[in-house]
Amino acid sequence: MEYIIIIISAILVNNIVLAQFLGVCPFLGVSNKINTSFGMAGAVTFVMVLATVVTYLIYKYILIKLGIAFMQTISYILVIATLVQMVEIILKKISQPLYQALGIFLPLITTNCAVLGITLLVIKKNYNLLEGVVYSAATAIGFGLALVILAGIREQLDLLNVPEGMKGAPISLVVAGILALAFMGFSGIVR
Amino acid sequence: MSLIKQFTKGFFRENPTLVLLIGMCPTLATTTSALNGLGMGIATAFVLTCSNVVISLLSDYIPDKVRIPSFIVIIASFVTMVDLVMQAYVPGLYETLGIFIPLIVVNCIVLARAEAFASKNKVLPSFLDGLGMGLGFTMALGILGTIREILGSGSVFGYKFIKGDGILVFILAPGAFIALGYLIAFINKIRKA
Repeated sequence: MEYIIIIISAILVNNIVLAQFLGVCPFLGVSNKINTSFGMAGAVTFVMVLATVVTYLIYKYILIKLGIAFMQTISYILVIATLVQMVEIILKKISQPLYQALGIFLPLITTNCAVLGITLLVIKKNYNLLEGVVYSAATAIGFGLALVILAGIREQLDLLNVPEGMKGAPISLVVAGILALAFMGFSGIVR
Repeated sequence: MSLIKQFTKGFFRENPTLVLLIGMCPTLATTTSALNGLGMGIATAFVLTCSNVVISLLSDYIPDKVRIPSFIVIIASFVTMVDLVMQAYVPGLYETLGIFIPLIVVNCIVLARAEAFASKNKVLPSFLDGLGMGLGFTMALGILGTIREILGSGSVFGYKFIKGDGILVFILAPGAFIALGYLIAFINKIRKA
């Protein structure tokens, strides 16, 4: 039951992009086409879950043990950067199709604040390892959901006559705002 | 003359948020009121200025291949400093900004200036570039925060001048996207005119 609440809360109620404003840059940057946004969502899910596991273990068994919890930010960002690089190399070796699909998005993920944000939030919310994994996977699904919906809307938007000044980022932001308004309808499902 | 230009370009012509459209996450998340927006802006400006200075000093000694990780470590050190100082002296603001203080590390503005400017220039221009960009970012956050605070709660910097509640949605998440969208459209209009 607890896990279901975490999942619903992370995907719908506290959607990472539309309610918590993490990962807005890729949200606006790669939401031009539905195909690419699926690729990005897959890459983020993969890295986010892996990063949560690794940073959780580092926090619990290295930083806390040595009493240097203030090094959290520095160590996390280095771990995430290394992890992304490693995943890229491994994927290239073992699965060419997957690498083709996710490859170009992987380097972008290092500076995706959603990944660092979630690893910090897992510690802040005092989740255990399993809860943390469920939470990060659900969050990544929520990110993918928002990304794919926005991409779908933006594909339609290309056909419309948008005023000159509103073209590009401004209209996407307004659309995202209306989307966030729609997602607010889910608030209250989970306390 | 060119030094003045390095300083002022961040305000309008190359404003990081409103023109270059980078660093969107803190812009949207922390501008629920003018004060929160300014607080976040100043914290980022401090990190940006310090990291620009240190990186421009060290750029001759950092091997080219490992420059990005080195920059990130330098930036993360300053972010940790800001994080601890704010936790100690402005606990209220620290609580409101929450996770977005450590997330300055992955704010694209900071790394972008380090890579594009500080690693190639001398200390003084780097300092002015960081300060100008930081203040431009602060200004954008201040403006957006003020707009949202006026519309959302009818006050500026906590001083209420409209009776009643205001349009609550502008304090909440959707209002951030919509207000920023129209602000950028407005800036586009001025730049093209």
